Amino acid sequence: MGDAMAQVSTAGKIEDFRLPSAEGLAAYRESILAERDPNRTVIIVCHGTGCIANGSPKVAGALRKSIAAAGMTAQVIPQIKTTGCHGFCSRGPLVIFQPSGLFYQKVKENDAEEIVKTTLLEGNPVERLLYRDPRTDELIPYDYEIPFYKHQQRIVLRNIGKIDPVDIRDTIAVGGYQALAKALTSMTPEEVLTAVEAAGLRGRGGGGFPTGRKWRIAVENARKNPGPVYVVGNGDEGDPGAFMDRTLMEGDPHAVLEGMTIGAYALGAHQGYIYVRMEYPLAVRHLSIAIEQARALGLLGENILGTGFNFDIQINRGAGAFVCGEETALIASLEGRVGEPIPRPPYPAEKGLWGRPTIINNVETWGNVPQIIEKGAKWFSKLGVPHSTGTKIFSLVGKVNNVGLVEVPMGITLGRIVEEIGGGVPGQDRFKAVQTGGPSGGCIPYELKDTPVDFDSLSAVGAMMGSGGMIVMDKRDCVVDVACYFLRFLEEESCGKCLPCRLGLKAMLEYLDKFSKGKGSQEDIDDLHSLARAIMAGSLCALGGTSPNPILTTIRYFKDEYLTHVVDHKCPAGVCKDLITYSIDPEICNGCRACARACPQGCISGEKKKPHTIDASACIRCGMCMDECPVGAVMVE
Amino acid sequence: MNAKKAKKEKAKKEKGDGLIRFTINGQSVQAREGWTVLETARQYGIHIPTLCFHPAVHPIGSCRLCVVETRQNNLTRVVASCITPVSEGVEVLTDSEEVQNVRRWVLEMLLANCPASLQIRELAQECGVTSTHFTVEHPEDACPRCGLCVRACDEVVGVRAISLGNRGVFKEVTAPYHQRSTDCIRCGTCLYVCPTGAMEQLFPQVSSE
Repeated sequence: MGDAMAQVSTAGKIEDFRLPSAEGLAAYRESILAERDPNRTVIIVCHGTGCIANGSPKVAGALRKSIAAAGMTAQVIPQIKTTGCHGFCSRGPLVIFQPSGLFYQKVKENDAEEIVKTTLLEGNPVERLLYRDPRTDELIPYDYEIPFYKHQQRIVLRNIGKIDPVDIRDTIAVGGYQALAKALTSMTPEEVLTAVEAAGLRGRGGGGFPTGRKWRIAVENARKNPGPVYVVGNGDEGDPGAFMDRTLMEGDPHAVLEGMTIGAYALGAHQGYIYVRMEYPLAVRHLSIAIEQARALGLLGENILGTGFNFDIQINRGAGAFVCGEETALIASLEGRVGEPIPRPPYPAEKGLWGRPTIINNVETWGNVPQIIEKGAKWFSKLGVPHSTGTKIFSLVGKVNNVGLVEVPMGITLGRIVEEIGGGVPGQDRFKAVQTGGPSGGCIPYELKDTPVDFDSLSAVGAMMGSGGMIVMDKRDCVVDVACYFLRFLEEESCGKCLPCRLGLKAMLEYLDKFSKGKGSQEDIDDLHSLARAIMAGSLCALGGTSPNPILTTIRYFKDEYLTHVVDHKCPAGVCKDLITYSIDPEICNGCRACARACPQGCISGEKKKPHTIDASACIRCGMCMDECPVGAVMVE
Repeated sequence: MNAKKAKKEKAKKEKGDGLIRFTINGQSVQAREGWTVLETARQYGIHIPTLCFHPAVHPIGSCRLCVVETRQNNLTRVVASCITPVSEGVEVLTDSEEVQNVRRWVLEMLLANCPASLQIRELAQECGVTSTHFTVEHPEDACPRCGLCVRACDEVVGVRAISLGNRGVFKEVTAPYHQRSTDCIRCGTCLYVCPTGAMEQLFPQVSSE
């Protein structure tokens, strides 16, 4: 990783010259744009964490080398830009040509030569690297035509994939810090606050509390009790399968900084903190570089843009506790105490960090703020649906063709996200369920695919928006197993302060374990339901309070499947190991021996080119034979 | 909303004694500003079971046995009465169905996880819980990890000789670095406040030599 990280940073140190005023910022932007030729080809190589892991730094290096070797003349030499995550992670590493929008997927290091030769020199696309729609089998050369991108509405992610996150000039060129200049020079703090209230922005971290109202509470408390106010960006994203905040912090760190600075202006704060989880080294790195560059230009620190407003931001790294995403636990961690929640009220907006009014917003919430100021509250409130305005970023993962990060207007139906943007379930015509809101969210069945994805509609069906995880499941996923998975995660992450969460998660798992072994009774399912309700009502913080959601929703929508486990002792999805047996259909088996070679137990026997059999007494039900079988002869019951 | 607030203010002025009036199980009660629901209930002799509460130290709402249901402004919530401040006009129920459900399951979990504690068995019995659905893994364990001993050592004795170590299901009362504490003055306060008798087993492991 060290080498890869070294290659990521391409920008040099920004010269230390402070922009004296808002006009100075505008003039600086003009000078950057004047230097750039809009027709020059820019080759964008995705450098999100996913693509880096898939070797994108090597791809960028190979492209640079091939271009140099091709001996192009100075005027036409394309620029290679490394950007944040484009969102289409399952197709990485991605290479995109600007201004044309030509889109290459799964590019390898040794494709570079052909790309330079065919595309740059001859002007033709490399067909094998183009995106092929898995459903229509059609080749789609340009990114804006790919359904995954076409149906999205990118507001917060608008710059990601276009800018180099470690070069502030790129951010300024696309209009970064314009909103801050507008707020500082032409709006009063009260006007900024009113705009955020009028926009109807709600917290993107999970709770969905109206951001404007939260700010108002802090402002009123600070007026009653004068002293410092703090703003905090919560980047302690920890839901399994979620990477919205990471992408934002890595790909457009200045959007977060700008949003926080505008918020600080409205709230009268002079110190901010970004709390980022330790497991996001690239986000920490990009934020640190962004803070340094913003300070150098006088966009952070003292006397910002010559307006006399002072504000600075410090990065704090979380030590890996999921519960520290909870506001009061986050504050405890920032103060250097053990990251455990404390009862609210008082809310942090009343009494937070060091006992002072503190506004903690998710980094995605902060990322929305500059847009609201720049384009107006009215524009923002028209996006999405009433009561849930704007857009939301989701990480679409699981059994879906297009895995990645999507930003959609609130109120879009669940079905459209999975079918149109996600491209449906591989090899099947429908999904079974979608888990929204991470481990504390709920499991929404296919029958409710027309549920609009907004805060209130999701709560109404027993799930929640959460921070934006969206895990798609198909008929090979067992709901008992899924509930087990999320509860295990939460059991591990419970801080253990309150009893219902510390012992309750263990207790609920005891029931689920029993069911997955085909034991228990119908009465046990009702008992589990009652226990889940008790934990929901009795827990101290939201981690425990929402932890029964996976159980409550799966019992609500898939009770039959629970009953099949305990009454018929069968797992219809073929997942729960104690309830399934693998066998080989002798009619289909062609005796290729692929399964026998794969079997770690060596319990598959049979002569070559004759049907094979599995010795059920030795089988550990790992399913490798099924994965390997080229003709689909392995069955599970 | 504002009219309502003004009315409330007016009512307060008329009464003029600074007391907060609300109901517990339908009974009208008065409390001083800053009191908790539990304190008020105790003042009126209304029984709410507790485990991690002790009047000498700050409440933290850990055991959740003292939960009550509150109803105000069409909002029904289940809260821990030991940490919930009183508010004008709130309706408190100490024995609603929801409250009983939480209490029952908390006690069942305690019975399975602190099987060695006589006090917990008695407390459960008092609330009508005599058996548990859950497996007993550690028959010798009596500690509910409520942290009352830790708070007493810090707030009353002022030596912070013991603390809660680890987290989640592995949480435990321990001394720093799992070594017998050198700060401990062997005053026995932890033994005295422990609601389950667990400290009797733990004391030799954490106290000074």
